[in-house]
Amino acid sequence: MTEKIDITLTINGRDHAIRVEPRKTLVDAIRDDCGQTGTHIGCEHGICGACTIILDDEAVRSCLMFAVQAQGKKIRTVEGLANGDKLHPLQESFIKHHGLQCGFCTPGFLMLAVNMLERQPDIGDDEILEVLSSNLCRCTGYQNIIAAVRAAAADMRRAGAPA
Amino acid sequence: MKFPTPPRADERKVLGHAVPRIEDRPLVTGHGRYAGDVSFSHQLHMRIVRSAHAHARLVAVDATAARAHPGVVAVWTGDDVSDVPPIDFRDPSAEALKPYRQPVLARGRVRYVGDPVAAVFAEDPYVAEDAAELVEVAVEPLPVLLDAHELGEFDAGRPTEPTIIRHSFGDVDAAFATAHAVVELTLTAGRHSGVPMETRGAIGRYDASRDVLELHGAAKVPHRNKETLVRMLKRSPHGIHLFEGATGGGFGIRGELYPEDVLVLLAAMRLGRPVKWIEDRREHLIAANHSRHQHHRVRAAVDAQGHLLGITDEFFHDQGAYVRTHGARVVGRTMSMLTGPYKIGAYRAIGHFRLTNKTPAATYRAPGRYEGTFVRERLMDAIAHKLGLDRIELRRRNLIPGAEMPFTVEFDEPGAEELILDSGDYPALLDKALAHFKWNDVQAEAARRRAAGEAVGTGVGLFVEESGRGPADGAKISVDRDGVVEVVTGGASVGQGFATAMAQICAEALGVDYAAIRVVHGRTDRIAYGIGAHAARATVMTGGAVNETALKLRAKALDYAAELLQTPAEELDIAAGVVRRKGGDGGPSITLGEIARRVAPGAEILHGREPGLSAEAWFHADHTVFPYGAALALVRVDRDSGQATIERLMIAYEVGRAVNPMMLEGQLVGGAIQGVGGALFEEFTYDENGEPLAVSFADYLMPTLRETPAVDVLIAEDFPSPRNPLGLKGGGEGGINAIGAIVAGAIDEAIGMPGAVTRLPVTPQRLREILR
Repeated sequence: MTEKIDITLTINGRDHAIRVEPRKTLVDAIRDDCGQTGTHIGCEHGICGACTIILDDEAVRSCLMFAVQAQGKKIRTVEGLANGDKLHPLQESFIKHHGLQCGFCTPGFLMLAVNMLERQPDIGDDEILEVLSSNLCRCTGYQNIIAAVRAAAADMRRAGAPA
Repeated sequence: MKFPTPPRADERKVLGHAVPRIEDRPLVTGHGRYAGDVSFSHQLHMRIVRSAHAHARLVAVDATAARAHPGVVAVWTGDDVSDVPPIDFRDPSAEALKPYRQPVLARGRVRYVGDPVAAVFAEDPYVAEDAAELVEVAVEPLPVLLDAHELGEFDAGRPTEPTIIRHSFGDVDAAFATAHAVVELTLTAGRHSGVPMETRGAIGRYDASRDVLELHGAAKVPHRNKETLVRMLKRSPHGIHLFEGATGGGFGIRGELYPEDVLVLLAAMRLGRPVKWIEDRREHLIAANHSRHQHHRVRAAVDAQGHLLGITDEFFHDQGAYVRTHGARVVGRTMSMLTGPYKIGAYRAIGHFRLTNKTPAATYRAPGRYEGTFVRERLMDAIAHKLGLDRIELRRRNLIPGAEMPFTVEFDEPGAEELILDSGDYPALLDKALAHFKWNDVQAEAARRRAAGEAVGTGVGLFVEESGRGPADGAKISVDRDGVVEVVTGGASVGQGFATAMAQICAEALGVDYAAIRVVHGRTDRIAYGIGAHAARATVMTGGAVNETALKLRAKALDYAAELLQTPAEELDIAAGVVRRKGGDGGPSITLGEIARRVAPGAEILHGREPGLSAEAWFHADHTVFPYGAALALVRVDRDSGQATIERLMIAYEVGRAVNPMMLEGQLVGGAIQGVGGALFEEFTYDENGEPLAVSFADYLMPTLRETPAVDVLIAEDFPSPRNPLGLKGGGEGGINAIGAIVAGAIDEAIGMPGAVTRLPVTPQRLREILR
């Protein structure tokens, strides 16, 4: 066992002072040390994207980073998307369009899509497809995920206020 | 028992409507509680040491260094659990299969790469993994058997073929003797599996204060697994309970009882602390059930018009290293369903259940049907080609006509269960599907494109599914004093929307808002019996039980309301949880919550009746129901890369009555895309030493959005099942059933080589070989 070190992770605006081994992955720290279990682990080798979070302004795979690397950065996870009882438009849209079945990949898809629409509110349909191709879903056949994201993108553009 | 035709959705309030799911809000906000999210204080973490050899004599397992590693509490080898029986079959199985069951930890021999050899228990999962690497496993390699065509020895005097299963009817020899033509094919369905996004997980906890052993992370069949564990661990049924939380996909493979489930329970008792195990993805791909892998030699005898006089099929089922919880069921299902929607004069199937040194196999969504439909529909394409007949016309000539329903397929072998196809009109659904797909236009367009040099083709397949296996399921429904309805079921949810379906059924029968209903599933401590979620039975069976129970509760509520409102019960109705006079908003009314308050224990109006607004009832089914469908595809092949791309995919599916068309469509589309995976991409391959080559998502290629065509779904509700009051036929497995078959047919046509595809998946490498 290697020496543990003290770090602070800032998740959804809240600081979590934790003590972890330098080798601990960010996703393990978020889940096990900070108790935010909405971020899921699907493969631990960066392919499935279930662990996607937003780190500062970028969607990243939290299984491919060490927790210590996230110190001082702003981490956003699925738990931070809703505003109190009010769901994020993408969360609403996933429900409305049946964009989830088992829901395990959903937090990763949501964070990927939220980051995409924040960076590029006017993103075209083909590009949406390109971006969302980086995560895996085993239940839905993707059809309703893409429908949900496209509809939310349109709604958010109409509302003129990307979240 | 035969039930009358149930109403269509437009005559119903919520049953049959595409309403949003009640499961979704916690899942989109990160509050789903999956196995990995379950933790108990002072828990230990388990790591399994797995065999690196496909077949070897286990000489010694030295855990000295691992035990000495700081943070390690215990390390077990096979000797530490020698008193525990192997993982048992769920249903009574042939005695001959028993010696082939998997031990909890290997003893004497390891039989596949991934076979559990030792279990490390430590304070921290990282430490457990460190220590696992310190366990030294000494082996003497043994010959590795990787081809199910070959027969070897499992143990001294015990062959790698535990059983041969046979199904037959009619005079096959006469059929072939009088045939106008005989068509013979050799076909292979590749080894692939469900591979849910959530890996397996198990958390064992022993509560000594109550003497109750708990398994968390259960799925699919918690009640059935409980019974198996009762037998294996010799505990009374009240002394062990299973708990299902959110489940990250099931597809048949998750939720079966595996060695790791038993190990966390044993360790929780013996080490006196909760024990958590979460599978990693590499483990999942080499340890959780594989499926599908079969080699078929199929022959058809036809007359000059293409009528099927007889079919013989001899196949070799590559079971992998042990016989798991299903016994040899996939072999039986393959042959009982192989004839599908066609009327066949005579049939003889021989299934060789063969062990190899690979990860053990069992059921994956539409078990035996994905394989069997591939074989049958390849055969139909080949017959059409041989006789120069149109593929559709040949199928039409052989489909069981609607007028002959219900249709019985009976086998000669004692104990081989007959199929009584309950209702439907296969030719009519085929016509609907072709019209919806615009088959003739698509065919013409494909021909034009081929003439212009493109490689595009169409594929067609018909299939029959089976669902709703009994014998019985029960439910308990209660209303609390706030009017909140709780439905307790013995069903399970693997992500398919089970809670929503049950809530819709209950809401319709009882007269309440579906969205406010709480549905309990996968909890053996809440209801003693349950069938879980497999073989597309949850909606049919558990739904039937919920319907019965809700109707019983409704009658009870109306009786009480009649007394309280001084109005005859038959003049009352329940809507949105309020009882009032039929057809009017005025007059006296009472909420279900108020009735529940008025019938609390000690209430005056009870007059000796049991307190509480609750009911319990059962639904019995003596026969399964048979949904069916047609699948169509348009596929383009890139001759240079060998990559096949599906341009169009359509499923037409007769479901009797859909509880929720949105969820049903989701099941069919999701299943279809899994089918695409098995048809084009996914395969568990091995090198010549039995080393698995697909051990990560970089090697086991599941479809991403980029490889996924839009799936067009046509839901038919023309033939409600007469075997249950809601007319339901299961919807979980139809989407995947025929995909391998139709993709193969479409590729054949695209490249202009009839019969070219004999093996799934049709990877670019294989397609290039075909084109060479």
